[in-house]
Amino acid sequence: MFASPTVRISFIFLAIALVGLLFADIAITASNPWRDLGNFFLGMATPNFFSSEGLMTALLRTVAFAFVGVALGSIVGFLLALVYQSLPVRIFCAFIRAIHELFWALIFLQFFGFHPLTGVLAIAIPYAGIFAKVYSEILEEADPEPGRVLPPGTGNITAFLYTRIPDCWVKMRTYTAYRLECGLRSSAILGFVGLPTLGFYLEASFSQGLYSDAGAMLILFYVLIATMPLWVRPKLLPVYVLGAPFFLGEGMPIVWGNVQRFFTEDIVPAPIRNGEGLTGLMPWLSDLAVNEAMPGIWNTIVLTQIALVATGILSLLAFPLISNHFGGPIRRNAGHVFLVIARSTPEYILAYILLQLWGPSMLPAVVALALHNGGIIGHLIGRQTNSLKLRPDAATGFNRYSWELVPRVYRSFLAFLFYRWEIIMRETAILGILGIYTLGFYVDSAIQNIRFDRAMVLILITALLNIGVDALGRYIRRKLALQTMPTC
Amino acid sequence: MSGFDLSGLTASFSGKRVIGPLSLQVNPGDKIALVGKSGAGKSTLIRLIHERINRNSSLIPQDLGLVNALSVFHNVFMGRLDKHSTWYNTVTLARPFAGDRAEVRKLLESLGMAEKLWVPVASLSGGQRQRVAIARALYRNADVLLADEPVSALDGPMANSVMTYLRDCFSTSIIALHDVDLALNYCNRIVGIENGQIALDQPSENLAATDIMSLY
Repeated sequence: MFASPTVRISFIFLAIALVGLLFADIAITASNPWRDLGNFFLGMATPNFFSSEGLMTALLRTVAFAFVGVALGSIVGFLLALVYQSLPVRIFCAFIRAIHELFWALIFLQFFGFHPLTGVLAIAIPYAGIFAKVYSEILEEADPEPGRVLPPGTGNITAFLYTRIPDCWVKMRTYTAYRLECGLRSSAILGFVGLPTLGFYLEASFSQGLYSDAGAMLILFYVLIATMPLWVRPKLLPVYVLGAPFFLGEGMPIVWGNVQRFFTEDIVPAPIRNGEGLTGLMPWLSDLAVNEAMPGIWNTIVLTQIALVATGILSLLAFPLISNHFGGPIRRNAGHVFLVIARSTPEYILAYILLQLWGPSMLPAVVALALHNGGIIGHLIGRQTNSLKLRPDAATGFNRYSWELVPRVYRSFLAFLFYRWEIIMRETAILGILGIYTLGFYVDSAIQNIRFDRAMVLILITALLNIGVDALGRYIRRKLALQTMPTC
Repeated sequence: MSGFDLSGLTASFSGKRVIGPLSLQVNPGDKIALVGKSGAGKSTLIRLIHERINRNSSLIPQDLGLVNALSVFHNVFMGRLDKHSTWYNTVTLARPFAGDRAEVRKLLESLGMAEKLWVPVASLSGGQRQRVAIARALYRNADVLLADEPVSALDGPMANSVMTYLRDCFSTSIIALHDVDLALNYCNRIVGIENGQIALDQPSENLAATDIMSLY
C-alpha cells in the first residue's frame, strides 16, 4: 500500500499534522461550553426574524457589496486574463489574490474609512487576481482548431469573439456564478471589521447573547445562498449589477488627507520615518521578525497543517452522505442539508461562533476550517461518486466504501485537498483577527496600535507564505499527476 | 487564378520524416484526389498545402474545426470573417443581418439542413457537422478547395450530391479521399501517396479502380 505515491504523501501529511498537534494549543477554555452550544442551537431553532429592522438592510448590503465587488473583479480579471502570458502580470495577480479580503478591507479602512469603496475594493481586488488566473486557464483550454481554419486576415478581436469566447462562455459563466456565491460569503464577513454587512449584525447579536437574532441571520443567509439559482438569472443580472451600487449605503466620506498620509507616512517603516536611516531599519526588522513574524508564521503553518488533514478526514467521512451508492433517501437529503450548511457558512463565521462557545484556542479554528472545507470537498467527491457505475454484484456497505469508492475517487480527493491547501492557509492567517496567534493576530494588533508600517510588512509576509504554499501545492499535484478544475 | 507550384514539401514527426520531400504542380482547373492508405500522409499533405497557399483556399479539415457553442449560421458565417469589419462581425454574433441570413439559409437548403440554421453545432450528428464545415468552405468561396475526407460521415446519395456540389463550386480542388469510386467520379487527376511520396499521378480517365487499389 505504501508503494503508491498518493498513499505515501497522505501519510506524510498525516504525520506532520500529528506532530503539529503536539505544539498546537488545542483546548476548550469556556467555563460551560456545552450550555453555550445548546443555547446557540436553541437560538437557531427559534429564529427571531423581526427583532431589528437592521437585519434586512444588512442582507441587502451584503448582496450589494457582493455584486459590485464580484462584477468589478470579473471585468478587471477578464482584462488581466488577456495579458496573463506576461510574467509581471502573473506575479501581480498571484500577489493580489494571496492577500485575504479582510486584510484588504483592513488596509482600505485606514485611509478610505467606512466608505463603500473600502468594501467594494476589498472584494474586487483579490477576486480580480483569481478571475484573471481562472479565466486565462479556461481560455487556454479552448479548442485551437477553429482558430486555424479561420480565413487569413481575420482581425484579432473577431477571431477571439468567434473562436474563443463561445467555447469558454459556459465555463466562464459557471465559474463566475460560483464566485458570486463566494462573494456573498466574503461580503458577509466584511461586517466583522465594521462594514454594514451581515457579519456586523451577527457579531452585535452574539455579543449581547441574542442567539435567536443570530440564528435568524444565519438562516436567511443560507436561504439566500441556496436560492441563488432562482434569483440569479441571466436576464436579471444587468439589473442587479447596475442597481447594486445604489444599495451600498452612504458610509462616511473619504478624507483625502488620510489617503495621502497613509502612503507617505503611515506605511513608511518607523526608523526611516524618524530619520534613523538604514541603520535603524535592521533592529526594527529583526524585532518584527523575532517577536511577531516568526511566531505568526509558525502558528499559521501548524494550524494550516492540522486543519488540512482534518478537512481531508472529514471529507472522506462526509462524501457517503450524499452518495447514491448507499441506501436511503432520508440519509441523502439530510446529508445534502448538512453539507450545504457546512460549505455555505464562511470559515470565519464558524470560527467566530465556535470561539464564542468554546473560548480561545486553535480548536475552534480547526473545526471551523475542517467543517467548511470538508463540506465543499465532501460535496464534490460525493457528486463524483454518483457518476460512477459499479458492477451489479459489487460489495455493499463499508466494503463498497473502502474497496469500490475510495480508491476510485482518492486521486481527485487529493487534488481538491491540495488545491484548497492555499485557501486554508489564507483563512488560517485571517482567523488570527479572532484572537488565535496566527499572522492575522499580529497584523490586527499592529493596526490597533496604529503601527501600519509593521502591519504592512506582516501582510506582505502572509502573502509570500500563501504564494509559497500555492506553488508547493501545485508542485505536488503535478508530481502526482492530479488534475482538477478550479471549481471549489 | 493561375495554378501554383508546390515544391520541397516536407513534414516530420518527432524526428521521423513522414512527408516528402515532394513537389506538386497544380494547374488551374485541376480537381485532384489524394488517395492512399490511412497513415500515408494525406492529412499532413493537405495541412502543408494549406500553410503554403493559405490566403486563397477554402479548407475542410478532418476534424472540421467547428465552434461547438455557436449556431450553424455562425459557424458558416465564419468562412467570411475576413471580409467584414470587426464591428460588423461583433454585431453579427449577437444579431445577424438579414442579407447574411438569407445567403447562409440558401446554402444550407442545398445541403438539406436549412431547418438547423439556429441550432448549436454541439447538438448535431456527425454527418450534419460535416455538412456545416462544407457549408463554411462553400460560403468562403475561395479559388481553391482543400478538403480532408469531406464526405466520410455522409451516406451514399448525400455524399454524391455534396461531391457534385463541391466539383461545381470550385474550379480547382485538392481532396483527400479514401473512397476510390468517389475519387474517380469527381476528380480529374489522381495523386496517390505512399510512404510520404507521390507514387501515382495520372488523369482520372487513364485509370481504373484496380490501378489505384495497388496503393492499398
